[in-house]
Amino acid sequence: MGAPPAVQARGLVKTFRDQRAVDSIDLDVRQGEIFGVLGPNGAGKTTTLKMLATLLSIDSGEARIFGIDVAANPHRVRQLIGVTGQYASVDEDLTATENLWLFGRLQGLRASEARATTRRLLEQFGLEEAAERRISEFSGGMRRRLDLAASLITRPPLIFLDEPTTGLDPRTRGQMWDTIRGLVADGCTVLLTTQYLDEADQLADRVCVIDHGRKVAEGTPDDLKAQVGESTLQVQLAPGADQAAAAEVVRRILGEEPVLTPESGRMNAPLPDADRAADVLGGLRAAGVSIRSVSVARPTLDEVFLALTGHDVPPADRADGEPGPGAVDIPDDRGSIAPLEVAR
Amino acid sequence: MSTTVLEAPATVLDASAALARTHGRPGIRDTASQTLAMAWRALKKMRRNPEQFFDVALQPLLFTAMFAYVFGGAISGDVDSYLPLLIPGIVAQTVLTTCMATGVQLREDMDKGVFDRFRSLPMSRVAPLAGPMVADLVRYLIAAVLTYLMGLLLGYRPGGGVPGVAGAVVLAVVTGWAIAWAFTWIGTLARSARSVQGISMMILFPLTFLSNAFVPADTLPGWLETFTKVNPVSHLVSATRDLANNGAITAQVGWTLLTGLVVIVIFLPLSVVSYRRSL
Repeated sequence: MGAPPAVQARGLVKTFRDQRAVDSIDLDVRQGEIFGVLGPNGAGKTTTLKMLATLLSIDSGEARIFGIDVAANPHRVRQLIGVTGQYASVDEDLTATENLWLFGRLQGLRASEARATTRRLLEQFGLEEAAERRISEFSGGMRRRLDLAASLITRPPLIFLDEPTTGLDPRTRGQMWDTIRGLVADGCTVLLTTQYLDEADQLADRVCVIDHGRKVAEGTPDDLKAQVGESTLQVQLAPGADQAAAAEVVRRILGEEPVLTPESGRMNAPLPDADRAADVLGGLRAAGVSIRSVSVARPTLDEVFLALTGHDVPPADRADGEPGPGAVDIPDDRGSIAPLEVAR
Repeated sequence: MSTTVLEAPATVLDASAALARTHGRPGIRDTASQTLAMAWRALKKMRRNPEQFFDVALQPLLFTAMFAYVFGGAISGDVDSYLPLLIPGIVAQTVLTTCMATGVQLREDMDKGVFDRFRSLPMSRVAPLAGPMVADLVRYLIAAVLTYLMGLLLGYRPGGGVPGVAGAVVLAVVTGWAIAWAFTWIGTLARSARSVQGISMMILFPLTFLSNAFVPADTLPGWLETFTKVNPVSHLVSATRDLANNGAITAQVGWTLLTGLVVIVIFLPLSVVSYRRSL
């Protein structure tokens, strides 16, 4: 028998009151890979992760971490994992140095080892200058970094990251991605949850999509995107333009049926390849159809969802500023990576 | 801006080696050092938020002066002769109030994100509860010492001298620590810090006032006198009086320590079970 899988879960169930937050989920994460759990708010991502990380009891089903049963041996499992929660789990009243020192001591490091590890981690995560500042004075990005550093003190072979970049600005987000890639280069296995297809695409070797506590798809990010087409061409036709002629151009050039909204003059068409947008625009000009604006959008989580489940991301899940249907990957107020890319 | 990319490590992580190093449960020595680490954290937080000492510091000062001047004449004829009765009572009351703060702060603490990390670490489940309680010894000490100082200022001259008072302070601190486990249990059960406070008050007020802390028990109606005799707070107050006023170690000291032990034996396991369940 080879190396045991980093995570193996069978039929995980968690029920809150009468609602099944997680409804028989199976997961297999191989050693050394980044595995993404993708889904909207309230889909059961965090609950699943908490069960695997011994933070929530498992109502039914079985989970093994490196072959060790989570329910039977939580203490042993805790020695193999690092957990970085959605909300920084560090002590607000302590400084960065004190936090890392404390977590080191709690995990059995001698005082001198804890000091050395603290110094090394602060340096690795670029937090030396903030070392003696209290966490309550930290920015969101610094907190996340410290939080991740705190998970790495004993160099556990499996790291759980719950929405590691939600709420971060694009630059900090990119740094976090680099850090996560570095972990895997170091020999770690990473299981992360995310709401952003973009993030899963950038980081994950394999992804599973969760909706209403159930797994609706699993595969590489490319597999997922293939199900919704590479991108979408969005054209705003000029008032009075010949919509039927425009649709005919799309049909001829892309071989796809466009979605027309006659009242607003909007036309959307799936693009197998972003370069084909130029052909469509050329075709529209040749057919004498004038346009107002044009954009090429990459598939969003919502579109993946629509394609996989046949329903939209439920509106309730978007209540606190999550991206809406056909909207951007990241809400603008959190500083987005330009989601709508004009034809390349 | 320094880079956040991890440098190439000297050795690549080996999951099977990490797997081989795991052990089944935390040992006694681990538990002790984790408890001390948690106590260190609690002390740091106390130093950073000195306002939480207000109640510990103000209550003995205020209550001692208030009770002495308001009740002194009525109960004992004058303030001076009331003080030997009152001061040990105030010490008991203050220590119990401080126990309540232990429960309230544990609840507040447990609601914070950092407790998620404590739960995810391979650490003893007693340490997060016992650590703050070790740090709280400082609070009981401050409360007890301040009360005696205030008494001295008002004219209290304890007959037990320095050894008697020191013994009374130690007894109060130890008892306070033991009884705090009951409030720790409430802290792990209740939904919010506010409800911990509410529940604790409901328990504390009758316990302190229906005792011999402020009045001689023989002035009470028969049924109430009987209750005050079995009330553990009365034992603490009597033991403290015997120590501070006469320098005598009486059977009351034994009863007080026994009560403390019983509280620990019952509520320590309950607290740990309840903390585990709150996962």
